Amino acid sequence: MIKAILIFNNHGKPRLIRFYEYFAEDLQQQIIRETFHLVSKRDDNVCNFLEGGSLIGGSDYKLIYRHYATLYFVFCVDSSESELGILDLIQVFVETLDKCFENVCELDLIFHMDKVHFILQEVVMGGMVLETNMNEIVGQVELQNRMEKSEGGFSAAPARAVSAVKNMNLPEMPRNINIGDINIKVPSLSPF
Amino acid sequence: MSDVVEKTLSALPSLLSLDSQAGAGKLSPSSKLGNLIKGITELTSKHEEEKLIKKELAAIKEQVASPNTSMRQMKEIMVRAIYCEMLGYQASFSYIHAIKLAQQGSVLEKRVGYLAVSLFLNETDEFLLLLVNTVLKDLQSTNLIDVCMALTVVSQVFPRDMIPAILPVVEEKLTHPKEIIRRKAVLALYKFYLIAPNQVQHIHSKFRKALCDKDPGVMAASLHIYLQLIKESPESYKDLTVSMVTILGQVVGGKLPMDFNYHSIPAPWLQIQLLRILAYLGKEDQGTSELMYDVLEDSLRRAEMNHNMTYAILFECVKTIFTVHPKAQLLEKAAECIGNFVLSPKINLKYLGLKALTYVVQQDANLALPHQMTIIECLDHSDIIIKRETLELLFRITNAQNVTVIVEKMLEFLRMTSDDYSTIDLVGKTMNSVFSLGGDVMQPDIPNNFLRLLADGVDSVEDRRMRLFAVDSYVSLLQGETAQLPQRFLQVISWVLGEYSHLREEQDSGTIMRLLARLLDQRNTSTETRSWVLGAMTKLCSNPVSVALARDVCERYSGSLNTVLRQRAQELMILSQDTELRARVLPAEGRLEHLEVDSSLSFLDGYVSEALAAGAAPYKSPHQRQEDLAQEKALTLEPYGLSLPVSLSSCSVTDRLTDGLSPTLLSMSSGLSGNGTELSHGGGSTTLKLDGVKRVWGKEGYLAQQQSVEDAPTPPVQLPSPLLSPQRPPSQTQTPEPDQEKQQLASSLFVGLGSHNSVCLMGRAEPAPQHFRRKPRGGSSGASERSSDSSHSSRSAAVDNLLLSNLLDSTTVASEGGATTTTPQQTSQRTLDHTTSNGSPHVEGKEEGVAAGGSLSLIRGMVAVVLPTHTETDPQSDLHPAPHPAPALERPGDLPLTSHLPAELSGLARSELTPLCSDQDPSLALSACRVYKEDALVVLVFIVNNTNSTLHQMALQLTCKELEISCISGSPLKEVKGHSVSVCLHTVVMKRASVQVELAGLLSYQRPLGQPQAAQFSLSLSLKHFIRPLTVSTGEYGKMWLSFSHDLKQNLRLVTTEHQEPLTATLDALKSKLHLHIVDIIGSEGIVACRLLQGEGHGQPCLLHCRVHANTLAVWLRSPVPELPDSLLYHCQKALTET
Repeated sequence: MIKAILIFNNHGKPRLIRFYEYFAEDLQQQIIRETFHLVSKRDDNVCNFLEGGSLIGGSDYKLIYRHYATLYFVFCVDSSESELGILDLIQVFVETLDKCFENVCELDLIFHMDKVHFILQEVVMGGMVLETNMNEIVGQVELQNRMEKSEGGFSAAPARAVSAVKNMNLPEMPRNINIGDINIKVPSLSPF
Repeated sequence: MSDVVEKTLSALPSLLSLDSQAGAGKLSPSSKLGNLIKGITELTSKHEEEKLIKKELAAIKEQVASPNTSMRQMKEIMVRAIYCEMLGYQASFSYIHAIKLAQQGSVLEKRVGYLAVSLFLNETDEFLLLLVNTVLKDLQSTNLIDVCMALTVVSQVFPRDMIPAILPVVEEKLTHPKEIIRRKAVLALYKFYLIAPNQVQHIHSKFRKALCDKDPGVMAASLHIYLQLIKESPESYKDLTVSMVTILGQVVGGKLPMDFNYHSIPAPWLQIQLLRILAYLGKEDQGTSELMYDVLEDSLRRAEMNHNMTYAILFECVKTIFTVHPKAQLLEKAAECIGNFVLSPKINLKYLGLKALTYVVQQDANLALPHQMTIIECLDHSDIIIKRETLELLFRITNAQNVTVIVEKMLEFLRMTSDDYSTIDLVGKTMNSVFSLGGDVMQPDIPNNFLRLLADGVDSVEDRRMRLFAVDSYVSLLQGETAQLPQRFLQVISWVLGEYSHLREEQDSGTIMRLLARLLDQRNTSTETRSWVLGAMTKLCSNPVSVALARDVCERYSGSLNTVLRQRAQELMILSQDTELRARVLPAEGRLEHLEVDSSLSFLDGYVSEALAAGAAPYKSPHQRQEDLAQEKALTLEPYGLSLPVSLSSCSVTDRLTDGLSPTLLSMSSGLSGNGTELSHGGGSTTLKLDGVKRVWGKEGYLAQQQSVEDAPTPPVQLPSPLLSPQRPPSQTQTPEPDQEKQQLASSLFVGLGSHNSVCLMGRAEPAPQHFRRKPRGGSSGASERSSDSSHSSRSAAVDNLLLSNLLDSTTVASEGGATTTTPQQTSQRTLDHTTSNGSPHVEGKEEGVAAGGSLSLIRGMVAVVLPTHTETDPQSDLHPAPHPAPALERPGDLPLTSHLPAELSGLARSELTPLCSDQDPSLALSACRVYKEDALVVLVFIVNNTNSTLHQMALQLTCKELEISCISGSPLKEVKGHSVSVCLHTVVMKRASVQVELAGLLSYQRPLGQPQAAQFSLSLSLKHFIRPLTVSTGEYGKMWLSFSHDLKQNLRLVTTEHQEPLTATLDALKSKLHLHIVDIIGSEGIVACRLLQGEGHGQPCLLHCRVHANTLAVWLRSPVPELPDSLLYHCQKALTET
């Protein structure tokens, strides 16, 4: 089972936090800090698996993470999950984000935290892998988005803001990093 | 902050404000989130962030409370609240509004409401009760999205007690026409099963229906449930095996719609799930396992594309194959697969490969053998996770033979990463198993290093945790059966409990005292261990219960025959009665003050010279005394050798003679040692005797801990590095390839895994320098190790010290104690000691003073008495069987068998052929021959088949616990044809020096149409077969001499011939018989060096210093190995007697 999904940036600022098991508020924050501490000191060329930290479950638990440009995607799972399976699940999740946001970047995650949550809900439900097919996930999300469009909503505005930022011609703006067929851009809002 | 980011940030507000203008007039909600984020971005400190969020929360609070806030605004407010919560700021006031939003909002608002609820609340929250009705309503809604949302929130967070209220509705959804709903319903039910298993028991049949659902997605979801159910009780679901196998077969066979493909792999996650289920089903069940062999093979075969996901499937497949009832053919393929993982350059796969290996070596340790080199490389991998996994793997293959090396590696790893959670776990279990497994065969420095590790370091949380872990696990160990635990482990346990049991709050020291007392009562507890235990008790006796217990123990042991125990008991007695004193002696803090040990006992010089001046007999070493007794001569009062070969490096022996300086002076710290006496032999003799004094109570074990203090500098671990080079034969003095070192490591790590072929896999053992596991450590680390050794005794030193002054102060205590130690000599020694220790009153110096004082007083009374407890091998009284015929260096006319010698050995010196057990079966003749290789002894066994028929299933096994034997014959011996000869080659080196060892052999074979037969034989090998010359220069010899600690002196017979000097003749005789190297002969002295083949390829040096003295040859042997001088001396003696 998946215990928790944490997304934070290179500075340890949380971008999305989802626990599938109850942890008290302050413990959650500690787990985020500890996980960031564990993950951030690792090079990019080492393996993507970590034996669990002390807070979240101990030795039965593993941290499986991927690092995309400015963001770390960390899945904390127990021994009943396959390491490589989860690793590719992260890829599926990120690819889906990329498809939904059209070149996803950190800003998208900040301004559309709720949307990201909804996408995640279609991938993982209550700690169990629900769907691994990207098209299915996107289909579900779009179904919901259509309703949103019809209602019109706040999130339209920041979306425009973000795409405006994306299109600004800044010198090294689209510092695309190719990970598979995924590009996550790097307009980092750095240390906050 | 980079330019880019700054520009981005400065661009943001304008963009956002643009938006809010577009939002026409009223405050755009989006800009609020934007502003919040922007605000946070601009902050520089955590404190400011806190201030801003507080402000934000206050604003949110105000807004949510306002009746004018629309649901739509509420939705936006919720997102902000979620954001704040994510950053770790409580927004509890908004929880109720989140529920309200879920209850009352339109679909999209509801969605945010549900999300907020699932993020904010947990199962026990009472707010959730308010949600039950809403959920129920949504579940029954006709809107798909409503139902989906409700199912999602139910699986995320739902009060356990309320499950029955919605269960029927969720069950109903299992038959919903939409597959996504069915799928979510299955997962929701699984979640219910996890939190309240009894409530969903009645719907198992519905799970089965889900498993057979026409939509593979629903089926996949139901596998979550079955994985859990089958894991819990595989027996009840055996009937599902066929279905699972069929499903997997179809998936693997590509029968699923293309939609389920991921990178053209059919439903990989589904496959993984199924493989896991099969593993649970087939575990320890041959019948069930047989059903799945085909499909397992199929998926192993089909998974060949080069994608992460195929590896994930392969990994699962391999694990399943090794879990279910074994099938050789599959195992082979799986092992091959593991090989691919381990060898993969992709680090993730390597990790999984190691993990798989860790898993499979539990069944067959030999599987690790083909990957030895990779594993060794992984040990030095830059990724700590890989390293850790490798150690975990090593931990699994630990056996009595490789335990030392593995533990060294573990400790090395620990020293690097002591701040990691995982290490504590690993180390704890490893050290425990290691100690109980190999406790008594370990070198003493391993437990010492471990204790040091525990004691070391600042008082961080991790250190505390690790100590606590140790205390906890040891207490539970002691509560169990303790008779089987090795002594060394018991010592470690006592020390740890003594030092750290105060960390364990709930445990009163009385319980631990009782546990320790039980140890004392055990019959097989050694004296040394007992004194450790008493030491621990001394630290623990703080409350009345323990004091009473301590008194009991004291009464029993203060009458002990062993002086150490008596002293410890005495200490315990006094300290347990006087709490104030105890607090002074054993302060709770500062347990680790660094202490230095003056092992040369230089502070005793004054005392010794005084005693000598007063007419005391000079001290003689036990060997000398023994020898004197044996020869029944009058006491030789002339002290032995002031002409020591120490300084050979710098000047000639004769020079040294006239100098009259002590060779050990170089290592002495006290200025007194050189000039303290007026006796005829000057300072040299004094220090020599001191050397002996130290040995007496070391060997006899007067003070066990103190012995360990003393021994600490002596193990070869701390040999200075220059000594390493002369040990190697000159041909190999070039720096060894790292590869060689790794191979070396590999063979020592994997020893004992394969029955007798472990080293074959590695190829020939290369002669490598011995220091792979004796890394030359810097002086500082050497010193610190020593201090760890003494960490136990240092405290007892303090005890001694204070105790003694106490004793001196109050004669009543002393007399009451009936103490073992208060003799006049000692008192004088004490005062002396204070004055002689160069004004720096080291505590440990005093400790030794006490002990040595005690022993001195003993010595005075019994100059030449051989103690009955003296256990050292007396070479002369040793009744060994007659050794083998001397190795003939000339080659006699051998049997034609010698023509079967392998070419590479033909040029080397070898022994005659010895027939073995020819009587058992006349048609089979066995004979053996030894070939003296530079780096090993090769034992050849010739198997001659005298019949016409072929011998089948030949297997030869050589065993001897003192030897390290490895088979090097190129082709494994399987059969021997009629009238032919087969040769088996084994390289043999000694594990520890012993005079003579018996090699037991067992040859099993089968004649055609016959029963399997076996022939047993034995072959005795003596130490001299393992001795090789050590080519060193005089200078190197001098350096080595100083650094070796185990020594032995004896007078030997001189060989006299007509045309040679007696010395030269004798040394030549020794050289030819024992393969020694004569380094130099100067006048009446000669120095000789040799090495003992020990371990893999490297040797242990032994140096001999010979001096002609009154028609005998006075030989002084020194070596870093304790047993070597003794055994070698025996052979020298024998060799000379035979001449």
